[in-house]
Amino acid sequence: MSTTATPRLSRRLAQGAFLVFCWVATVVALVALAAILWSLLSQGLSGFIDPDSGGLDLDLFTKSTPAPGSEGGLLNAILGSLMMCAVAMVGAVVIGFLAGTWLSEYARDSLYGKVIRFLNDVLLSAPSILVGLFIYEILVFPFKGFSGLAGAAALGLIAAPVITRTTEDVLRLQPKALREASVALGAPVWRTIFAVIWKSARAGMLTGALLAFARISGETAPLLFTALNNQFLSLDLTKPTANLPVVIFNFALSAYDDWRRLAWAGALLIAATVLSVTVIARILAREKTRS
Amino acid sequence: MNTQIEAPPETAVLQLPPETVKLTVQNLDFYYGSKQALFDVTVSFAEKAVTALIGPSGCGKSTLLRVLNRMYSLYPGQKAAGQVLLDGEDVLSSRVDVATLRARVGMVFQKPTPFPMSIYENVAYGVRLYERLSRADMDARVEDSLRRAALWEEVKDKLKESGLSLSGGQQQRLCVARGIAVRPEVLLLDEPASALDPISTAKLEETIAELKRDYTIVIVTHNMGQAARLSDHTGFMYLGKLVEFGETEQVFTNPVTARCRDYITGRFG
Repeated sequence: MSTTATPRLSRRLAQGAFLVFCWVATVVALVALAAILWSLLSQGLSGFIDPDSGGLDLDLFTKSTPAPGSEGGLLNAILGSLMMCAVAMVGAVVIGFLAGTWLSEYARDSLYGKVIRFLNDVLLSAPSILVGLFIYEILVFPFKGFSGLAGAAALGLIAAPVITRTTEDVLRLQPKALREASVALGAPVWRTIFAVIWKSARAGMLTGALLAFARISGETAPLLFTALNNQFLSLDLTKPTANLPVVIFNFALSAYDDWRRLAWAGALLIAATVLSVTVIARILAREKTRS
Repeated sequence: MNTQIEAPPETAVLQLPPETVKLTVQNLDFYYGSKQALFDVTVSFAEKAVTALIGPSGCGKSTLLRVLNRMYSLYPGQKAAGQVLLDGEDVLSSRVDVATLRARVGMVFQKPTPFPMSIYENVAYGVRLYERLSRADMDARVEDSLRRAALWEEVKDKLKESGLSLSGGQQQRLCVARGIAVRPEVLLLDEPASALDPISTAKLEETIAELKRDYTIVIVTHNMGQAARLSDHTGFMYLGKLVEFGETEQVFTNPVTARCRDYITGRFG
């Protein structure tokens, strides 16, 4: 059979139909994304603009959430979110890096390792509201109070399995020869892992941590039962703590225009943060593959 | 009348005088899981000399090398039975600390494996594991190791740059420098030139010839010329057995066993 012969018509039709189908699917997905971004930008940006002067509304970053009808910003929510995410990330990074390392370097394909890996994957895809309820049961209810720390614990519990998984994956990609080369110099295995393998995998590990951060920065459900919210600026994480997702949730459903304006601004703020963190993660990942 | 000619022996392993021996392998069997890869290997490696291990792919040369520093013990399922005596001490014994053993028996691999750190740190890494040196002493050690590996002139102005920025040949010499910086007694080289171009190979061979004065070297190679040029003794392996071992000149010019003769004259392998 000649390889230059024109394919039969039916085959070309099938090929064309498939291509069109792929195109349509891609366009539908992109249109939805563009529509979301557009409404977020058009509505959210108005929250950044001072209605009186037309300049950047600094109140957004300097004042706390207002009562309806009075002036205010999102300072307490931004700070609360940052603090809880920071505490959550510290815990999640320590647990995730170490657990991922254990899975990749020590447990490998042992039965125990497989079970732990499976459970981690289950936790990875658990609905975040369940995580919130779980923390409510073990941290909020017994201590008789909502707190920022409980919120951080819930967020950390969501981030940890993400970091564990990405850490394991990126460590497994490190060449066996690198491990052997370090061990051949007389380095103990643990030292090889910390000084050579982690160093070689650091961009990938950091990328995983950043993606986990992006994931938790918009989580609302786990904070509803844990950190709750706070009208006022508070740096005390043992008390209920304001945070962007819950403020957005409350304000967006309210009847007040200025509250809804702040909700949009907050939503844009989270989206911009997630976008920039994701871009940074991408750049890091690319530098990794280049070296 | 009896004209029967005596058949060549199946195996011919030269016994070295004990006082010249650094490392001895005795009745070594090796298993990857249930698959046996080495069969009753007995061989000695002379001190401050180069011993080459040759043979077709899969004959167990690298496996034998990886037993000498117990690299295999990183992998569950790989087992060695027999004795490997380093200065008379059995290194396969569970009482031996593997990390210390590996500091005494260094290894350079087939592919260059620089660590993701600076050239200087690559060399200093192994030294820091076992010695606390002053800044000046460490600088001297790094320079000395790079000089011995014939790399110093090429990297002396860029010690802070990543080891990954070097060419393949330079990376491999960096790995040699890293290996000798810890002052091992034995150096194992697993096809160290197989990934290198001819010029880099020549440089590496000069380095090895130079290192022989201080180290006991065992080199696995597929390059017959390299084995003939570099080594004092040569061992020929086939299907997990040591078939012939002797002075390099004798093995290459007048091999005793039929298998070894066929391999060296290019009839198989």
